[in-house]
Formats: sequence, C-alpha cells, structure tokens
Amino acid sequence: MLPEEVTQFIGKSTGVRVFEVEKGAIRRFADAVDDPNPLYWDEEFARNSRYGSIIAPPGFFGWPSRQPRGAALTEESMAGLSTALAQAGYPRVLDGGIEYEFFCPIRAGDTLAASTEIKEIRERKGSTGNMVFLIRETSYFNQNGDLAARARSISIHR
Amino acid sequence: MAEQLYWDDVEVDTEVKPLPKVATSQMLVKWAGASGDFNPLHYDSSFASSQGIGKPIVHGALKRQWLVQLMTDWIGEQGTLKKFSCQYRAMDYPRNMKSMTEPEEGETWWCKGRVIKKYVEDGNHLVDCDIWIENGQGEKTTPGKATAVLPSRG
Repeated sequence: MLPEEVTQFIGKSTGVRVFEVEKGAIRRFADAVDDPNPLYWDEEFARNSRYGSIIAPPGFFGWPSRQPRGAALTEESMAGLSTALAQAGYPRVLDGGIEYEFFCPIRAGDTLAASTEIKEIRERKGSTGNMVFLIRETSYFNQNGDLAARARSISIHR
Repeated sequence: MAEQLYWDDVEVDTEVKPLPKVATSQMLVKWAGASGDFNPLHYDSSFASSQGIGKPIVHGALKRQWLVQLMTDWIGEQGTLKKFSCQYRAMDYPRNMKSMTEPEEGETWWCKGRVIKKYVEDGNHLVDCDIWIENGQGEKTTPGKATAVLPSRG
C-alpha cells in the first residue's frame, strides 16, 4: 500500500507552463536526433510545404523553460512527489514510455501553454522487487487556444 | 526527401523503411542539452552505478525520437503523424567516442516497422503500424505503435 503522502498527488496538476518554440531550439533538437528532415532545416522547402514555415518535429514542444528557484510552484510540487516516493522506498526513477496524440502542427514561433496532471500512481509487485508506475498527462495548447498535442508519460519508480 | 508515399501503395504487412542509428556518448550529451533532460544517469558513470544501472544508458526519449523519425521519413512531407507510442523495455548503452567525430566500433540500432491496419475514417486515409527498435543483438528494446494519415491518389 502506498502512503497518503504519495497518493495525495493523484489528480494534482502542475499549473500552466509556457514553452516558446524557437527555431534554433528545433534545430538543436533535430541535430541531437540526427534528423535532416528539411521541414526543420530548410526555410524555402518549409515555406513551399503545406505548413508554410519551419515546424517542430512531433515530440518537440519547445525547450522547457527553467524558472528561478522559488518562483515555480509547479517544480516544487513535483519535487514533493519525488521526496514522498523516496520515503516510501522508491528513490530511483526510470522513463517507462510515452503516448502522444497530435492534433495540429507546431510551427517555429508558436507559444505553447502546457499543464500536467498526475493521472495514476500504482504499485506493482515484481520478481525483482516492487515498483511504482506513475502516469502523467500533459496537454499543449498553442497561442490560438487550439489543443496541439496530448502526451501520457509513464515513469517507473523502484 | 524521398519520394512521397501514398496510402494506395501501402498494404497490411508493408514494411516501414528501416532507419539505422548509432547512439554515442557524444549524442547523449547533445540530447541532454537539446531536450533539457539533465539526469546524470545518461552521462555520469559513477551516478549510473549508484542507481544500479551499471553505466550510462541511452535516454528513452531519444529512442522515442528515432522512432518518430522512422515514421516521418516514411510518411513524407504529405503524411501526418496522428498517434505515437513507445515503451522503453530494455536499456541501451551508447558507444564511446574514438575521436572528436568518430565513435568506437560497436552496436548499431535499427528502427523498424510494419503496417498492421489500413483504413479510412472521417475522410482520412490512415495506417496503423507496429514500430520498434532492435539493438545490435536483434532484441526489441523499444516497441511502439504509430498512426499516420497518408495522401491518397483516389
């Protein structure tokens, strides 16, 4: 059984974070993946494409802006969750996977507003010890208020 | 870019054009900076040991983007990725660098996929694919699924 210090986070949301989708950040991202797709690199190709401009690769939503310490309620609440999990015997974390739905293109110059909700925290008994599966859902809205994408990510705590 | 793929030319069991990738310690540092994921698990050997991992591992999210590229390369400029998922089932370890630009000999990863369903919904011509990454031993470390809209000649 997980203690209430952990389960109290179910349903909690981070509040809105803002991501600016900069062209340079798109290119650093594509470079790190080693993805030469001209929709990320070639202005003229992108302008003549059905997008009309450079777009972000699916899965890139802008570099996560770091808020000054103390300014961001969101990061503090997440840190509280990590501490609670560590105290419950799950100090280590691995990325388990992700699911995306893409609703509209994200272009260089867009500003995205994202909020993340803790959907599920589940303990599972395993042969190599117990693990906790944590599911977060993030929705990304663009500057026109359109839902651009939704992500469900799973982290595994052990 | 390669020639545009059309929905009409795809059948169930059609192979997604495979994409080879090599993960290096250098690529992981680039990825950390580009994605904002600075977990030392991916670049600090002693931290990785202390976490019971042994040595730095490839970011799951980098493997995710390899699979995204597998799909976006294949569906082309006229295709649209609608849904995508993957699970990081096994760890992958990057090659170390031999020089500033060359990795040591070692593992090559292959991103692969196969069409499992072809259908029309709300006027969109869609394909569902199984996708995965195979490590150098041919083991699927990162399975997933993708749904894309393709242009139709119809």
